[in-house]
Amino acid sequence: MARVLLTVPAAAKRGEIIEIRAAIAHPMETGYRRGADGQRLPRDILRSFACRLDGDLVFAAELFPAVAANPYLAFHLRATRSGTLTFTWEGDAGFAQTETARLAVA
Amino acid sequence: MPLRQRIDPHRRLALRAGGALVAMAVARPVRAEVPELKAAIAAYTGGREARPGRVSIEVARLVDNGNAVPLTVRVDSPMTAAEHVRAIAVFNERNPERDVARFALTEHAGLAVVSTRIRLATSQQLVAIATLSDGSLWSGAVDVVVTLAACIEGEN
Amino acid sequence: MRRRLGVLACAALAAAAVQAQQDARRSGFADMSPATQAMQRDDTQNPAMLFVADGEALWQRPAGPEGKACAACHGDARASMRGVAARHPAFDATLARPVTLGERIDLCRTRRQRADPLRPESADRLALEAYVALQSRGLPIAPPDDPRLAPFRARGEERYQQRLGQLDLACFQCHDDHAGKRLGGSVIPQGHATGYPIYRLEWQALGSLQRRLRNCYGGVRAALPPFDGVELVELELFLAARAAGMPVETPAVRP
Repeated sequence: MARVLLTVPAAAKRGEIIEIRAAIAHPMETGYRRGADGQRLPRDILRSFACRLDGDLVFAAELFPAVAANPYLAFHLRATRSGTLTFTWEGDAGFAQTETARLAVA
Repeated sequence: MPLRQRIDPHRRLALRAGGALVAMAVARPVRAEVPELKAAIAAYTGGREARPGRVSIEVARLVDNGNAVPLTVRVDSPMTAAEHVRAIAVFNERNPERDVARFALTEHAGLAVVSTRIRLATSQQLVAIATLSDGSLWSGAVDVVVTLAACIEGEN
Repeated sequence: MRRRLGVLACAALAAAAVQAQQDARRSGFADMSPATQAMQRDDTQNPAMLFVADGEALWQRPAGPEGKACAACHGDARASMRGVAARHPAFDATLARPVTLGERIDLCRTRRQRADPLRPESADRLALEAYVALQSRGLPIAPPDDPRLAPFRARGEERYQQRLGQLDLACFQCHDDHAGKRLGGSVIPQGHATGYPIYRLEWQALGSLQRRLRNCYGGVRAALPPFDGVELVELELFLAARAAGMPVETPAVRP
């Protein structure tokens, strides 16, 4: 399990546009770097990210090697209803991780 | 990583010519999209042209380090059910691959503003293509200057 | 004429003297672009915070045959570790020499927890260093006024003035005489170690001051001194005196 940092406002007013930030620890090895022996280090990146609110897609991203290590994403959501935000990452070497956060909308 | 591999041909030529710092600034004039970048964008849009406008790319014009460059793409859109941004794709000119990231947005976003951190191998142009809910395509572009770190780590 | 940042033997005196209105010292933070500064300033953007979170978890993890976590003796790090990083390197009586914060953590592990030491620059040791040093963020760097440190600090200062490597450069030549000017495309910082462990963009990872110093040795094409060796600790000790009074920024972001 990779370390994740989620930034979600604890509470939001109905109709307020909030910013959500998600960072995950991952080297995003591009496949172009060479190791000390001169051989290419194999690609190992996160390929996709998705944020859902109670199952409904809010935001998704397709990531390529040009995304920096320890990928950071920030996006927006108009808060209309409370629910559970689910964050999923998928990538090379069978990487799959899900985190959740509660969104309270008054 | 050996230092030699990380210097691209243009910079190596500039260094050999002497007056490296000044030469680097003028040796590479700002260029329009290279054929590969155009091809990558065309493959994404299905051959359709994107109109310049509505899309702005916020990035430092001279980056501290090409390994982690903060980037924000902003698309001017009311983000309503009737009119919103469906997708944003970011392309680069001179990395080993043209794709940087692709984002999918919904009408629930409220704001078509996405931030991330990207890698830039060298000074180059970035292009962002936004697809709106009515199918129209808009684009924005920016030039970024990237230099190598002065003291590169040779080994851990 | 060489301009050098004056460093006095007594750290406390140095702090008071340099805290006068005309403090010419500047953190490397000031030499970064606004985007990188924003990355450091905002804990929700700072990539180092991922590893600080690891450190916080490690603080609670039992270790050694008695299953004692750091928290077992030290309780809440926010209270017990406040100011600790600002006071390191500090003298260790058993080893009869100064030790860095990272070494101190390992000494606790081997002496108190009776667990295996964490390797220098290992993910776990860096995470704990970052978590502990975060508890000193904002506090002035305060090298201990300990006379036993004096000969080590003096040797550290000698090393700072010593020309090294194939390029035959001494630290002061870049970081005192040419600070603020550019080497390649990069601004040369004054080299105050205020934010370690740092997330260095060049490393794409968290790393220690010793790793950064070894990069400098490599930069002038000198042999790299070993991690946790007395040579690097003495240099760290001198750098702490040189930066005395400047606020701790850990975990900093640097290019």
